[in-house]
Amino acid sequence: MAAPMLQWARAGRCWLLGPCPRRMILLFAEPGPGRVRGQSSAAAQEPRPGAQEWAAVVGLEIHVQISSNSKLFSGSQVTFLAPPNSLVSFFDASLPGTLPVLNRRCVEAAVMTGLALNCTVNKKSLFDRKHYFYADLPAGYQITQQRRPIAINGSLTYSLGVGALWSPSATKTVRIKQIQLEQDSGKSLHDDMRSQTLIDLNRAGVGLMEVVMEPDMSCGDEAATAVKELQLILRALGTSQANMAEGQLRVDANVSVHHPGEPLGVRTEVKNLNSIRFLAKAIDYEIQRQIKELENGGKILNETRAFDEKLGCTVSMRDKEGKQDYRFMPEPNLPPLILYDTESLPMGADPQQVVNIDRIRESLPELPSVTRERLVEQYGILPEHSFALLNEDGLLEFFQNVMKETRAEPKKVIGWILSTFLGYLKQRNLAVSESPVSPSSLAELLSLLDDKVISQPAAQQVFEELWQNQGKSPGQIVQEKKLELLHQQEELEEICQAVLDQHPQEVMAVKKGNHKVVNKLIGLARRATLGRADPVKIKQILEKQLQ
Amino acid sequence: MWCRPLQSVLRTGLTPVTRSWKAKVRACRFAKSESVKGQSGELPTPPPASRPGCRVSAELIEHLERLALVDFRNQEGVERLHKAVEFAGQLRAVDTDGVAPMESVLEDRCLYLRTDNVVEGNCVEDLLQNSQQTVEDYFVAPPGAGMRGILLRHAEEVGFSVDGFNFSWGNISLPKLSEQDPVTPS
Repeated sequence: MAAPMLQWARAGRCWLLGPCPRRMILLFAEPGPGRVRGQSSAAAQEPRPGAQEWAAVVGLEIHVQISSNSKLFSGSQVTFLAPPNSLVSFFDASLPGTLPVLNRRCVEAAVMTGLALNCTVNKKSLFDRKHYFYADLPAGYQITQQRRPIAINGSLTYSLGVGALWSPSATKTVRIKQIQLEQDSGKSLHDDMRSQTLIDLNRAGVGLMEVVMEPDMSCGDEAATAVKELQLILRALGTSQANMAEGQLRVDANVSVHHPGEPLGVRTEVKNLNSIRFLAKAIDYEIQRQIKELENGGKILNETRAFDEKLGCTVSMRDKEGKQDYRFMPEPNLPPLILYDTESLPMGADPQQVVNIDRIRESLPELPSVTRERLVEQYGILPEHSFALLNEDGLLEFFQNVMKETRAEPKKVIGWILSTFLGYLKQRNLAVSESPVSPSSLAELLSLLDDKVISQPAAQQVFEELWQNQGKSPGQIVQEKKLELLHQQEELEEICQAVLDQHPQEVMAVKKGNHKVVNKLIGLARRATLGRADPVKIKQILEKQLQ
Repeated sequence: MWCRPLQSVLRTGLTPVTRSWKAKVRACRFAKSESVKGQSGELPTPPPASRPGCRVSAELIEHLERLALVDFRNQEGVERLHKAVEFAGQLRAVDTDGVAPMESVLEDRCLYLRTDNVVEGNCVEDLLQNSQQTVEDYFVAPPGAGMRGILLRHAEEVGFSVDGFNFSWGNISLPKLSEQDPVTPS
């Protein structure tokens, strides 16, 4: 699979079919193309004469924490933020004599995720031990699936352009190599004061799905979009909340560069990526760093690098004098995991003990890509609107609730939700669930606007009032502030005539042919009506009266 | 006494393949460790295979010591290793062509699936009793030398006595603890 060209080495851009659209960068709230320290601007401007093109290759290893009540092999609870070592069973602390017992929910979650990502689910998968010594791994090994994982050979499709460059066909696919079940390790906290490391095993043993993506991506934005799409899929399935900030989704990126046509270069692994924004930044920085290093005649070491958020660069974490030897061996305490489909289901089997792939496939919820298309069809909104609706947690539900209670057109509702409502939320850094305006309030407001009871500017005013959340409904606010549109033609005509009478010079100017003055008269008339008149109507009346 | 006829039966029953089992034993190799997925990273170079006669090279001894945290300590320990390897080499006498390996005696058992309920946990005091040092319900692992302390303790559990001075700490490359976890509650 030919990797797209990275023609001009510039931070924050990937040149595929053309420039990476700015709006895509804004989608991740990135503050414009990042200036990365340590990068000479000279290298970034033009391809030097004789310089070859570079292609970057990015692969991802994503660890997803499964959303379940108990851990993968033990019955202790899975939850965020609990007193240290309170969610630890004897097995998690690897006390002798304890054995792993597989959690059914985790198996179902892995199968669901595999099916959603178009994987082949292995009917027989095996568990192995991966040995390494570390303080937060009490057993000295991690139970994982190295030989035969639970799902293999899938794909994830994500969209490239947004906004002006959107088109349903502008999508890219990344292959999923495998999905495997494995244990999470505990947490180690470094206490600098007393020069100690404190170990908390609450997280040890929690079920993880490791999603391995093949190196089909070529820049930070692509990787970020793919991860974002995976997040949406996982949330739609309910298999994980996929919250990077809470550590439920951890991404390691493998980055390498090479000249097109030549074999792949040496890869480095980038860790410590806490958010999607940093993921994109880190990958782009690493690509730049490698290109610069190679162009200066240096070599890339196969090492692990951590991303330093404050400096915006990657730093070497440890020197690997030879890779870790994990001494994989089959887990002797767990027989093979057998999954069934409706055909191969044994007769009279205990339903609790059997996982039926077909049953799970039938019960898969609607995936984000399908939802987006359905929204466009159902409401007649633009694809990028449905994209934006799904991007924000809870926004889709909000929109649907508003639509239920108002007769206004979907396009108008979308406009209000995506610009005004979302704008207010972002300004105050609130989530949809924290909005002071309820869907019914907004629905009422939009109905008033639709019925032409109030004008657009008045509606904005009412919205501002609603945001203060003083418990008043839009109708009440309109009445109190006397924002209703004046509809009576005679009243309007009276006001307009009065304005004309008060400004004879302007009237003369218009009659002489100066039409710009009409705007001034319109403005005066609007002020006279205290903003309660439809500007269009005022203009019509004035023009009639001026003839 | 009854085993003598058995032995003679076994000896005469040896096929041409197995007659040369001693030669096979001498040519035994250590299985390569598998490394996981990836693009063209450098694959781990396995330690040099042992020469015929099952002599284990010094580099291999060092590699094993690092991996498994054992200390062969002296020539006698290495000799014992050689004997153990030779003994295990007898397995090669069996012709396993076309036979799938059995990884577990449980392979025909059903893997029991547990319902997703919380039934364990909440035993901090019991767990902390096992630790020499604790700080506010956390286990303590002193960094650097302390890490070595954990490793030493683990090795002791496994049954090998480790003398701190013989333990080659410098060769172990472990991730720096302070950079391990970005998402940590303060």
